[in-house]
Amino acid sequence: MSFTLPELPYAYDALQPYMSKETLEYHHDKHHAAYVNTGNTLMQGTEFEGKSVEEVVKGSYGKNQPLFNNAGQHYNHLHFWKWMKPKGGGAIPGELEKKIISDLGSVEKMKEDFVAAGVGQFGSGWAWLAVKDGKIAIMKTPNGENPLVHGATPILGCDVWEHSYYIDYRNRRPDYLKAFLNDLVNWEYVAELYGNAGH
Amino acid sequence: MISRRLVLTGAALISASAAIPRAFAQAPAGPFTLPPLPYPVNKNEPHIDAMTMELHHDKHHAAYVKNLNDAVAGNADLAKMPLQDMLANLAKVPDSLRTVIRNNGGGHANHTMFWQIMGGAGGMPTGEVKTAIERDLGGFAAFQTAFNTAGEKQFGSGWVFVTVDRAGKLALVAKPNQDTPLMEGERVLMGNDVWEHAYYLKYQNRRPDYLKAWWNVLDWAKIGERYAAAKAGTLTI
Repeated sequence: MSFTLPELPYAYDALQPYMSKETLEYHHDKHHAAYVNTGNTLMQGTEFEGKSVEEVVKGSYGKNQPLFNNAGQHYNHLHFWKWMKPKGGGAIPGELEKKIISDLGSVEKMKEDFVAAGVGQFGSGWAWLAVKDGKIAIMKTPNGENPLVHGATPILGCDVWEHSYYIDYRNRRPDYLKAFLNDLVNWEYVAELYGNAGH
Repeated sequence: MISRRLVLTGAALISASAAIPRAFAQAPAGPFTLPPLPYPVNKNEPHIDAMTMELHHDKHHAAYVKNLNDAVAGNADLAKMPLQDMLANLAKVPDSLRTVIRNNGGGHANHTMFWQIMGGAGGMPTGEVKTAIERDLGGFAAFQTAFNTAGEKQFGSGWVFVTVDRAGKLALVAKPNQDTPLMEGERVLMGNDVWEHAYYLKYQNRRPDYLKAWWNVLDWAKIGERYAAAKAGTLTI
């Protein structure tokens, strides 16, 4: 199976004013599409042809850097679109909220640490909530990397490559991260991934 | 729509700033200072837009300077050390400061060089630099192609540099984030910033177009001065 670019699960202007139509058009139609196309080209004739995106990400890590970059970014963006929704960022489903409070102190503390992880990821990368060893942890990774290659299962990720926020927020990455958490996150999808994470 | 509103506000700011010198948000104290742009923010139009120049210098570079000053505050030895020496000796910097100095010291050095070598009319290198490019980098056309390819291949944030040694020998190298050849004790002749903030407002995902356009704003006289300084042993950052 080769990588395919999914449709956005909402209209391009559905996340305004927190994420503009222009940002989503470039981010989905150009950046994500390029990861899909380049990833497919790089997979041709390799042992990874026909593997799932998760298998390609884990298998190419540390072995085939150009393929890993594109496969990682394909995986990350597949979920990133679903990690957001119009009028997102509301209440966290009960069981997940309890687990966040138990493992990370409080919802407020989780948000504070998630923003700090995103701000602290120097250069391009991602901030994460991931399940590792039965606990929810805050993580950050550079470029196309993600928690899958660090023995963890991502349940929420925010893209802190500048292409994700520069049109709307310029250099103000903290403002973008706060808007992501407070106004965009689709917590139902996060709870679904948490439920599947085998904790 | 939020982005449109920001664009309009930014355009208004820039039309004002073309006539009036801007006040920089300097760090209140510390050994490192943000150098003023050596030309107006619109000098590199249309290849690099004024808003990008203004944000890049006044926000991004300013933040590196502030963070670097904050990092060395309270460490008298580091605070009096020339930046190129600090970056060449990161292994000797205290563990708690190493990453912040690597990132922000690198950012300060890289951007200081970057502003210097732009603001010109592009064209062809001349004199000793031209000769060195022909000798070490396969001629100007091959050099441009190799440089642009290195910039396209730098996944994520980073820079493409040309290093120069005391004998005047040139080499091409790409680095991630704000790393710089200064960290290996080398000297930088010139370099291009391929962080998305350097080009996203005008070129968006089209990094190759930005890389090609950048050559049009180079100041080869300034690059020639850096080359002469490198051979004389007086080039710093």
